Amino acid sequence: MAGLVQLSNLWKSFGDFNALQNVNLTIPQGKIIALLGPSGSGKTTLLRILAGLDTPTRGELFYGNTRLAANEQNVLRQKATLVFQKSVFFNTTVYNNVAFGLKLTDQFTKEQISNKVSEALALVRLEDFEKRRAKKMSGGEQQRVSLARALVLDRELLLLDEPTVNLDPKNVSIIEESIQRVNHEKNTTIVLASHNMFQAEAISEQVALLIDGTVKQVGANKDIFGKNNKHLESFARLENVFSGTSKLSKEGTSTIDVNQHLKIEAAFSREGKVTVHVRPEDILLSTKAIKSSARNVFKGTVVGITDLGPIAKLTVDTGKKFSVQITKKSLTEMKLNVGSEIFLTFKASAVRLI
Amino acid sequence: MTANIVDGVIKAFQLIFSLDPEVYRITGLSLYVSALAVILATLWSIPIATILGLKSFRGRRFIRGSFNAFIGIPTVVLGLVFYLLFSRSGPLGFFQLLYTPLLISVGQSVLITPIIISFITSAIESIDMDIRDLARTLGSTEIQASFSILREASGGVILAVLAGFNRAFAELGIAVMVGGNIYNRTRVLTTTIALETSKGNIAFSIALGVILVGIVYILNITISYLRKR
Repeated sequence: MAGLVQLSNLWKSFGDFNALQNVNLTIPQGKIIALLGPSGSGKTTLLRILAGLDTPTRGELFYGNTRLAANEQNVLRQKATLVFQKSVFFNTTVYNNVAFGLKLTDQFTKEQISNKVSEALALVRLEDFEKRRAKKMSGGEQQRVSLARALVLDRELLLLDEPTVNLDPKNVSIIEESIQRVNHEKNTTIVLASHNMFQAEAISEQVALLIDGTVKQVGANKDIFGKNNKHLESFARLENVFSGTSKLSKEGTSTIDVNQHLKIEAAFSREGKVTVHVRPEDILLSTKAIKSSARNVFKGTVVGITDLGPIAKLTVDTGKKFSVQITKKSLTEMKLNVGSEIFLTFKASAVRLI
Repeated sequence: MTANIVDGVIKAFQLIFSLDPEVYRITGLSLYVSALAVILATLWSIPIATILGLKSFRGRRFIRGSFNAFIGIPTVVLGLVFYLLFSRSGPLGFFQLLYTPLLISVGQSVLITPIIISFITSAIESIDMDIRDLARTLGSTEIQASFSILREASGGVILAVLAGFNRAFAELGIAVMVGGNIYNRTRVLTTTIALETSKGNIAFSIALGVILVGIVYILNITISYLRKR
């Protein structure tokens, strides 16, 4: 497979700290590759090097077949663009923000710039937002403007640093759709840094697992997910990952015996020791037990609430701790506090093998 | 004395509104000298402030601190230094600039350089440095990225230039020492006020005082209004 960018024995150090250690990675042309790893694993550092914003301490970087020296970062900056995790804006309108990169060259007429900006904003579904002040928009809208500002440049390589972190599901799906669309329609190579393995699985074709500054594993999605993968498990452990013994039921589904209080029903057929995961956003919260087709209903107590902007993350103790994501509005309407008794409901198909 | 002042104020407005040529010539020269000083000072202050605001290097804090300290330099001291440098026997005497409006401008530009640099540096430092990376990743060269930051700090830049103008326009020491307060040549608002007051010509001094304060007031109000828009 042709590599658009190739990193060879790449190191990045800040004083004594090695943020990246001997990274060898090929970014395949025209594909979406996910850089998957926990916070602090070096994802942002790697993206910044790919974007030409930082220089590696050691190692080689090839763009196509050309080896780029440390002082040739500007080459990368003309080929790649990075969408930062934290939205940053020029203190002006959405239009001026999106048009910024286009105005830097004399390549386009005013009319062409205007058309391109409209097109990019339409892609992220912000058609009528051109005159709004970018800094006064909601977090999700801001991140979509940031994406439009990068997309409008039509670069070969699009780098995305956790583009959907802390966003509500609607904004997440708009961003994910836009990313996939430009990849399909324009054959843009995309590197997506994420700590969300399900986003990585859903969007990318290739995954590089980055842990403690080292690429532990690179491969196609099917080779990384759905198998016992100790690297993946090592950082996915934080949220709703449960291990237990799985038994097959007569219907062909599985029941995983996590502990005496927690038996999880899963739609897959697997026996023996398994590790499973349930996405926090796949869990339904209710103040009373509800009758539904979902096979897993557990009673628990809210033991922690974390504010993530438009959404809140709840930790619920059912004998094992679950992380659940709900919107801030639901949190207020359901009058949930630490100590509230609550029911968790999720489908057997939401239980996924790691 | 009170009657004198009231009388002075009345005469002052008469002078202003009767378009007294002397008043307008002095005011015009004052504006010209201080505007030139601001232009000169801004020319070198913006690049210096941009480097101080964006780059980290050895001695940066010392330089930054020095500019802060020189904000309060007494104008008379600076006037004296320029006098000694440009007097006929001074090292720069061959320029023959002593007692010219140009030298007043140069002196004032040096006076206001620390103000402009300190204000612009602070304005740049208050900008989120991610803006620089943003500009770079959108295709800016390093210089274009620095301009983006300056543009983000433009409110502070305008304020710096304005503060510089206010200080130059209202200062007396340099204008007296290197301008010499020569009739029809280097006489500006502040030097004339000092001279006419000492001569007992209170009305004329008050008229010029009103103009001096009025210009500063109107200019500041206008710019703050424009900034809000």
